[in-house]
Amino acid sequence: MKRAARYIIFYAALFGLWTLLAELKIWPPYLFPTPWGVGEALYAGFQDHTYLIAIRVSMERVLIGYAISVVLGMILGLGVASNKFLEETMGGLLVSLQSLPSICWWPLALLWFGLNQNAILFVVVMGSLLSVTLAMEDGRKQMPKIFGMAGRNLGAKGFKLFWYVLLPASLPFIVSGLKQGWAFAWRSLITAEMLYLSLGLGQVLMMGRDLNDMSAVIAVMVLIIAIGYVVDGVVFKGMEHRLQQKWGLTPAS
Amino acid sequence: MSTNAQDFPTQFPIPVDPRLPLRSERGKASPLSIARPLSTLLPAIAKVGLSEICLSYNTQSGERLLALDHINLQVKTGEFVCIVGPSGCGKSTLLLLIAGLHRQTSGQILVDGQPVQGPGTDRIMIFQEHGLFPWLTVGQNVEFGMKMKGIGKAEREEKTSYYLRLVHLAKFKDSYIHQLSGGMRQRVAIARALATEPDVLLMDEPFAALDAQTRDLLHDELERIWSETGRTIIFVTHNVREAIRLGDRVVLLSFRPGRVKSEFPVDLPRPRVLEDVQVARAAREILDELREEINRSLAVEYNEGVKPHVDPEVEEGVRP
Repeated sequence: MKRAARYIIFYAALFGLWTLLAELKIWPPYLFPTPWGVGEALYAGFQDHTYLIAIRVSMERVLIGYAISVVLGMILGLGVASNKFLEETMGGLLVSLQSLPSICWWPLALLWFGLNQNAILFVVVMGSLLSVTLAMEDGRKQMPKIFGMAGRNLGAKGFKLFWYVLLPASLPFIVSGLKQGWAFAWRSLITAEMLYLSLGLGQVLMMGRDLNDMSAVIAVMVLIIAIGYVVDGVVFKGMEHRLQQKWGLTPAS
Repeated sequence: MSTNAQDFPTQFPIPVDPRLPLRSERGKASPLSIARPLSTLLPAIAKVGLSEICLSYNTQSGERLLALDHINLQVKTGEFVCIVGPSGCGKSTLLLLIAGLHRQTSGQILVDGQPVQGPGTDRIMIFQEHGLFPWLTVGQNVEFGMKMKGIGKAEREEKTSYYLRLVHLAKFKDSYIHQLSGGMRQRVAIARALATEPDVLLMDEPFAALDAQTRDLLHDELERIWSETGRTIIFVTHNVREAIRLGDRVVLLSFRPGRVKSEFPVDLPRPRVLEDVQVARAAREILDELREEINRSLAVEYNEGVKPHVDPEVEEGVRP
């Protein structure tokens, strides 16, 4: 109750401040839109299906890209964690690569794949792959050794050992990495879409800029935040909750 | 040997240990299951035979350490052997070698006359930290080994409930591991090990982390299960009385290098009671020898200050 009240007060204040600044008309409305202006833009966007199509296209891209990242990242992470040579050589490279914003791959992606969907996917994968890889590597190392031994002892080997033992055993240690990977994938996607016009939320946002319609720009920003928040809150929170229940871990409040 | 099962007399007059149930009672009454390697039928050949086992490895400071030195040990089918020794003598490592989870530097381990090449479900380990999978329910843990073998769902479920009943945990089939007490977890571990129907149980200080009452209870249960299922058990402990409470034979390992220092047959009638005078007397004899080794191990630890080496027991990745 108290928490809800605090939420309401905070957002009401934020909203009030926004309205006040907009009403004072310090900046012209096309530079600093009012909250209801943004609301109208949102409504209009959903009315003519622009946003629905954009969301669908963007979600499809991010899901494909993220799925590739997760599969590749887990293989790479396991490889690096279980092979001394790879760890010494590739481990350092991976960490240093992570400081590179994924959009830096854009020019290369354009040359390699052409101006199409694959180039966007490539940037999304490059954005999230490293997070997943590093998380998996770390998870494999943090995972108590006894699980691997018990699994092998009970007759699991090869892919079965990975699928039924190593992967579930390392999940609590990699879930935060998976979450981070998702966030990076989402950001990379929007960035790439803003540079390369073809449907998608990023493009709709850029369209708002081209039309000098800041209400539309902010409306899309709100959408991007909302989707990111929902995925985090529903998918990953749910996963964390389930893990905590099964393993009997106390939630990190 | 001949692969033709008909040639093999199913009425073979095999001297059977009275504690052992016949194979047919275990629901394996096919002529083929009788025609297994001859060595399983002949008590003269050991169930588990270790000959001249040596294990050495590099410590962190770079020197070569001989952990196990020419270990020779023969364990008969259905025998309950306890291995005692000071911590760091390599007794747990010995179990890992038999389990095939670790490779000896030299020497040979034979199970039913066949050299151990790697992990196999005929030899299942029970760890001190139980090693149960927290992401699975109790029932799923117990059926894990069967699932890996590719056994069908119906049979898995039937056996899972059988073995859970055997350890008195039928009601907890759908619980998760963290919801159980320490003693219950070890019972699940025992059920999980038995469910893969191993011939040999390798128990690595399974009750060391439990309180005394729970331990007493589990001693009774383990003894009952052992006599009901006729498994061969190799049980590692640092508790001499526990070893005498359970074992047909107690093997004492020395400290660094680990050698078989002496063997003590335990001829006391079962079930034995931990507080019994006879148990205490037998323990006394072993303890006198063990104390020497413990003193040596303590001296080494004090001299080296910190814990001297990475335990090979926790070093995974080295596989045969």
